[in-house]
Amino acid sequence: MIKKTCLSLAIGLLCLGNVAAESVFVTLEHDNALAIVDPIAGKLIKTIPIGQRPRGIAISPDYKYLYIATSDDNTIKIIDAVSFKEIGQLPSGKDPETFALNPAGNRIYVSNEDDSLVTVIDVAKKKAIKQIKVGVEPEGITVSPDNRWLVSASETTNMVHWIDTKTNTIVENTLVDPRPRAVSFTADSQQLWVSSEMAGSVMVLDANNQQLIKTIKFEISGITADKIQPVGVVIDKERHRAYVALGPANRVAVINAQSFEVEKILLVGQRVWNLAFSPDQKRLYTTNGTSNDMSIIDLDSQTVTKSIAVGTYPWGVVVKP
Amino acid sequence: MNFLHYWCAMSGIIGRELWRFITQRERFISALVRPLIWLFVFAAGFRAALGLAITPPYETYILYEVYITPGLIGMIQLFNGMQSSLSMVYDREMGSMRILMVCPLPRWFLLLSKLLAGTFVSILQVYVFLGIAWFYDIHAPWQGYLWVIPTLMLSGLMLGALGLLLSSFIKQLENFAGVMNFVIFPMFFMSTALYPLWKMKESSALLATLAEYNPFSQAVELIRFALYGQFNQQAFFYTLGAFIVFMAAAIVGYNPSKGMMSKKGGA
Repeated sequence: MIKKTCLSLAIGLLCLGNVAAESVFVTLEHDNALAIVDPIAGKLIKTIPIGQRPRGIAISPDYKYLYIATSDDNTIKIIDAVSFKEIGQLPSGKDPETFALNPAGNRIYVSNEDDSLVTVIDVAKKKAIKQIKVGVEPEGITVSPDNRWLVSASETTNMVHWIDTKTNTIVENTLVDPRPRAVSFTADSQQLWVSSEMAGSVMVLDANNQQLIKTIKFEISGITADKIQPVGVVIDKERHRAYVALGPANRVAVINAQSFEVEKILLVGQRVWNLAFSPDQKRLYTTNGTSNDMSIIDLDSQTVTKSIAVGTYPWGVVVKP
Repeated sequence: MNFLHYWCAMSGIIGRELWRFITQRERFISALVRPLIWLFVFAAGFRAALGLAITPPYETYILYEVYITPGLIGMIQLFNGMQSSLSMVYDREMGSMRILMVCPLPRWFLLLSKLLAGTFVSILQVYVFLGIAWFYDIHAPWQGYLWVIPTLMLSGLMLGALGLLLSSFIKQLENFAGVMNFVIFPMFFMSTALYPLWKMKESSALLATLAEYNPFSQAVELIRFALYGQFNQQAFFYTLGAFIVFMAAAIVGYNPSKGMMSKKGGA
């Protein structure tokens, strides 16, 4: 009886272990590689050469494929998420950095910064099907979870462009604070959060009328305002909290997504750039560009639990359950 | 002499020390104000000055306040150790030492009781300090607050033994200023209490070596690791070794026939 109980307990623990296991993939801009991290064990598992200057990264909705923008190869590579073998390339246009995958996983939208274009790619056919003229230096790009909007942010024009995904044409433009970097929708597709690097702010826009709801500013004692440069922004599924990477301020801001108050500022590595949730949204992973590591934030206790060295210039981050 | 005699003497000495500490409100406050000023003023000013590097026991980036907290705990115990050495000189001047020394118990036991008394007082101070630091957002894992007790005992005994040893050399209360300048300050500043070793190595290899072999550094590192639920074996043995050496020297120092007492004409 005792043996049986122990066995079932062991199996249970094993299953629990399997459930909890997840892999974090981090692109390493200077190492031309992809770092694979086990965040539960807090260890770098391995580093794989991936292509020249990898930056933007996305994972397919079925978690089978990784899409990695290798900027100096002028392509987006399709990588098998199990064997890590390259299985194809997508015609991204010149110097791809950021791109967005639609919820169905059949379209990729690439910001072509130098040409002020957004390239629409049919993933299955591996073909560019349209190029959309947008503002100067498009950077942040995202698709709303309901697949209605594609939003592109132009760094120099200081504008977000609302593009209808059915027609691939700009429907509306909204002026935002100087140098918008990242754009992110809430899970209900009702709000768009836009980080502005030079203004040191995050603007929350209403997706229904494209108007401003609130501008969030950040203050950190001991840190000068010019160091506060918001980049990556993510909002949890329940829209309880949003998290903003504050770049050279080396901190992540925790924002109450209902009241838009900054609740807490967490110290992470240097020049924190991009953010990704764990699948259960209990942890947040950050890429810290100049300290060459990633930090793990426990979201229940709102504390940074560990920073793991991953390689030179970690840039993008995605998580596979 | 049975166990009860020993117990009676030890509890008497510890009770007297604790009572003295609690009734001397100024001493209690000043013992707390010193590390708190370092925490709130000094550490706040240096927050941005300390470069970033993750060194054990820390697993991620920390603010400077977090770094110096174990150092300030060490500071509390260092000052407390010296304070008890001051009180020994005072006791000698006032004659109460004579009463203690004529007690028919071994001298080492009386000195150890005196040390334990001082250590208990310092642990009391440390927990009040950690309580205040908690509200200043300096949190350690809760297990760390328990783990740190045995290390505080050892580091408190080691620093107290050093104080005892020094007190055997000091003839008058006025000489305590010399202890401040020649022992407390060099020990505190030449340690890992305020700056990590790797940071010191950047500016001076000699300073880093001195800090590494400073018993106060080892005591601080022992506390630092324990506060984060880890055991620093090297720091433990170093601190233990330093305690044995200081204690043995203090016992010799307080021996009327051999030590410093004979040269000073006894208590």
